[in-house]
This record gives sequence, C-alpha cells and structure tokens, in this order.
Amino acid sequence: MNFDKEFNARGLSCPLPIVKTKKALVDMTSGQVLKVISTDTGSVKDMAAFADQTGNTLLSTVEENGEFIFYMKKK
Amino acid sequence: MTTKKMAIIATKGTLDMAYPPFILASTAAALGYDVQVFFTFYGLQLLRKDLSNVMISPLANPAMPMPIPMPVMVQMLPGMESMATMMMKQKLKKHGVASLTELRDLCLEADVKFIACQMTVDLFEFDKSEFIDNVEYGGAATFMGFAGDTDICLFV
Repeated sequence: MNFDKEFNARGLSCPLPIVKTKKALVDMTSGQVLKVISTDTGSVKDMAAFADQTGNTLLSTVEENGEFIFYMKKK
Repeated sequence: MTTKKMAIIATKGTLDMAYPPFILASTAAALGYDVQVFFTFYGLQLLRKDLSNVMISPLANPAMPMPIPMPVMVQMLPGMESMATMMMKQKLKKHGVASLTELRDLCLEADVKFIACQMTVDLFEFDKSEFIDNVEYGGAATFMGFAGDTDICLFV
C-alpha cells in the first residue's frame, strides 16, 4: 500500500504508539496516509479506537512476523 | 462536534501511581480531549522538575509482583525501597514504557493543563520554584469549574 510517511513505533508501549501516531499526523495533510509499525499487541485495538474517536481512517491492519502494520489515512 | 473533556485528580506520588494520570491524560489529549489534571496531596510530587525521587515501595503493597517471596520483615530493611524502584524502572524501560518525565512532557506538548492544589502546596510548604513552570495554582472550586462540565472525571 502507498503511504506518505512512516512512523516506527517498534519497542514502544502504551500509550506511546497512539500518542506519537497523533504527533506524526499533525504535519500531514488531509488524505495522506501514515504507515505505523508497532510491536505492542495492545496497539491493535487501540489504533482502531484512536481512528474511531478522531475521525481518521484506519485503512488496514496487518500482522507480519510479530509486528503490526497500520495504514492510517488522515481526516 | 463539541470538544470532549476529561478531568483527573492525581493524589498519589509513588512511581506506580504516577503512571495512570499521565498515561490517561496524554492519550485523551491525543484523542482530541481537552484535559486538566488537578494535583493534590502527594500527587504534587509529580510536578517537581526532577522526578528521579519518585519511588515505589514493596511495603504495604502486597500485590506488587516480586521476583522472590519477600517477607515484610525484609521489605522494611534500609535500601529496599531504592532497590524496588531501580528494579521497577529497569522493567519499565525493558518493556518500552515511557519515563514519567517523557509522559509529562507529552501531556504539556498536547496542552494538558496542570493545576496544583494551593492548599496542599501551602500545607506541605512546597517551594514552587521546584515545580515545573507550566502549572497553575488553584483550589477545589477552580477544579469544579472545569470538572463540572467534563465527559470523564477520575480520581487517582
């Protein structure tokens, strides 16, 4: 999937993947896609909850070799 | 859509109990909430510029997981608190959990408002110069002014 920016959240625990995803989105423009790579199991549910509450769109969530890859489209 | 609001009262100053207010405040702010944290009694310790003295004690904390069974008589020995704090900090770091200072900075960056309880600042004769700059001072009525209108209000 195409993306405009990547945020490496490997090794970070709650709430950092969410809080820093929000920070990474700040300087992006509407419609751009942020790729987030996380190793925090909790971030699967949290990233969906973040999208749900902020109006950003979680395009996809994939698990690859114990890592979680999210594509978040900015509102 | 009106902005959601969350208020937290932080009353504890130990390493374990310092995390929930900062985690919830920074997360709520990331979700677009307008957040205020009211620090009172021992929670005021969390406003110090230097948080390195925030400790955890295994004493009177039977739920704290210990590597080996630790009788209370042993827990009360000198140095046990420092040791428990050091071990907890190592564990937090190993698991990628942010330090208290980092979480607090993230809160401030996201415009979380910190209010220190004026009465307890006076009661414990705290020196305001030891606190971080981004703190307002007020009382219970100040807190109610914001808390009365919140969607989430927590006492930690």
